[in-house]
Amino acid sequence: MSENAIELQSVEKHYRGFTALGGVDLTIERGEMLALLGHNGAGKTTLMKILLGLTRVSAGRVRVLEQPPATSGAVALRAHIGFLPENVVFAGGMTGREILHMFARLKGQPRASADSLLERVGLAGAADGPVRTYSKGMRQRLGLAQALIGSPRLLLLDEPTTGLDPTLRQAFYAILADMQHEGTTILISSHVLTELETRTDRIAIMNRGKLAACNTLDGLYREAGLPVRVRVEVDGADTAARVAQGPECVLTHSDRRVELAIAPADKLATIRRLSQMEDHRIRDLQVFTPSLDAVYDHFGSVRSTSV
Amino acid sequence: MNPIVTIAGREIRAGLRNRWVVAATGLLAVLALVLGFLGSAPAGEVDAGALTVSVVSLSSLSIYLLPLLALLLTYDALVGELEDGTLMLLLAYPVSRWQLITGKFIGHAAILAFATIVGFGLAGVAIAATGSVGDQGVRAFAALLISSVALGWVFIGVGYLISVLVRERSTAAGLAVVVWLLLVVLYDMALLATLTATGGENIIGQAVPALLLLNPADAYRLFNLSGLAEVASFSGLGAAGGDIALGWALVSLLGWLVVPLGLTWLIFRRREL
Repeated sequence: MSENAIELQSVEKHYRGFTALGGVDLTIERGEMLALLGHNGAGKTTLMKILLGLTRVSAGRVRVLEQPPATSGAVALRAHIGFLPENVVFAGGMTGREILHMFARLKGQPRASADSLLERVGLAGAADGPVRTYSKGMRQRLGLAQALIGSPRLLLLDEPTTGLDPTLRQAFYAILADMQHEGTTILISSHVLTELETRTDRIAIMNRGKLAACNTLDGLYREAGLPVRVRVEVDGADTAARVAQGPECVLTHSDRRVELAIAPADKLATIRRLSQMEDHRIRDLQVFTPSLDAVYDHFGSVRSTSV
Repeated sequence: MNPIVTIAGREIRAGLRNRWVVAATGLLAVLALVLGFLGSAPAGEVDAGALTVSVVSLSSLSIYLLPLLALLLTYDALVGELEDGTLMLLLAYPVSRWQLITGKFIGHAAILAFATIVGFGLAGVAIAATGSVGDQGVRAFAALLISSVALGWVFIGVGYLISVLVRERSTAAGLAVVVWLLLVVLYDMALLATLTATGGENIIGQAVPALLLLNPADAYRLFNLSGLAEVASFSGLGAAGGDIALGWALVSLLGWLVVPLGLTWLIFRRREL
């Protein structure tokens, strides 16, 4: 038995006159949490639809929990998948509890499991009101609850935290962490970068239907090779000139301050060089590592040509 | 539990919640009562029983109303859920597409059958309680109930076909009106014009009875108005339908039930969301 929950090999999806996916290779191991980043229209939702068997691929090979998802035999496969669509909508007149009971029946799970999920996402109090009165955050929580029915082996979450306030977002990720702990594989698409940084095992960045990068956060930084900025506060023009004399690229240079751009590999050498200067000459030294936003911009920006 | 049952239950609950069931049942009951008590007034004292008269007037009403109700109920059955986004979530569950359509059909069929049988049935009971009822009348009324349910089901299937063919709910609404006009109103007019023009003489004229059967609404009319001797004599339709076997009207309705549903499934099965 393979250890991969999802395998995509050269997957292409063409719509009439439009390529949604142009050859995507991606493997997600069991129990892994992978973030899928990308601008709108990068192909994130198309990818999820393919994994759910809602859309067929134009070319390439797809395996979800070792099965091809878009065949008639894949109906049973979907019993093991939980899905939260972007902007989840429920039939307006039903109450949250009724909706969750219905979904539980569709997955062959007892009603009690639906009730306990309502509690888990903090909706137990509002469960008997019609969903049309729900706030965005409540709908999103109901959406998560339905995705969790039957403890799925694979969770596909399409921009799940949009519209959630920070507290709810924390709770949301706490639940996901629990699920991952139980061995669930999680694929989560988002364009909120900072909240994903610390929570996911790997980050895949999509750009115009292609996978621009897929790595751990550290790996992405290395791959991007974005320069580290070092800002040096000095005591005067004299020192500033000496600082600027080094092999580094000088970004700004004034009598009081010099900013350098350094390749990540040369960072230590530069700091060593600066620290050898007399103490009082250098007043302060700040190191700015590139933010995830910068990394994302590098790989995933629409105007990026590095792909 | 079987997903078909769950989906059917979902449709029935939705119909109950948005008062569709109550409204349709009430509408049919009121119209049937009005027709039953007032509609027979111009006919004066006739030989036929009160129920028989009701069958004639009711079938003339429901031939327009039931297709309209059925189309209203179902024109957005698939395209509406596609637009709302609820379809994608539903199909992400272990539900196959034929199960979804079958479940929806069972739910909608139950709603419409309930409205028809209860609505017309209540009126029938009231009419029977106040007037003369013959054996024939009861049989004709029962046949009316059954064929009315069948007519409604046919147009549920037609509604599904509409809702799987278009990409927007508003387009589906427009198409539903057009289909209703074509099948229920214009088709008859065209046939009548043909009959008048040809005098029923040449090949085209003689084909009219067969052409009547090709339309579900006309098949329904033939079934009710020429099926029973007493009704036929009272409705004056005996001549047109006389040589057409009652069975063919049923075959036509059955065909109109199966073909649109089958087409819906064939299209929906390949549909990419």
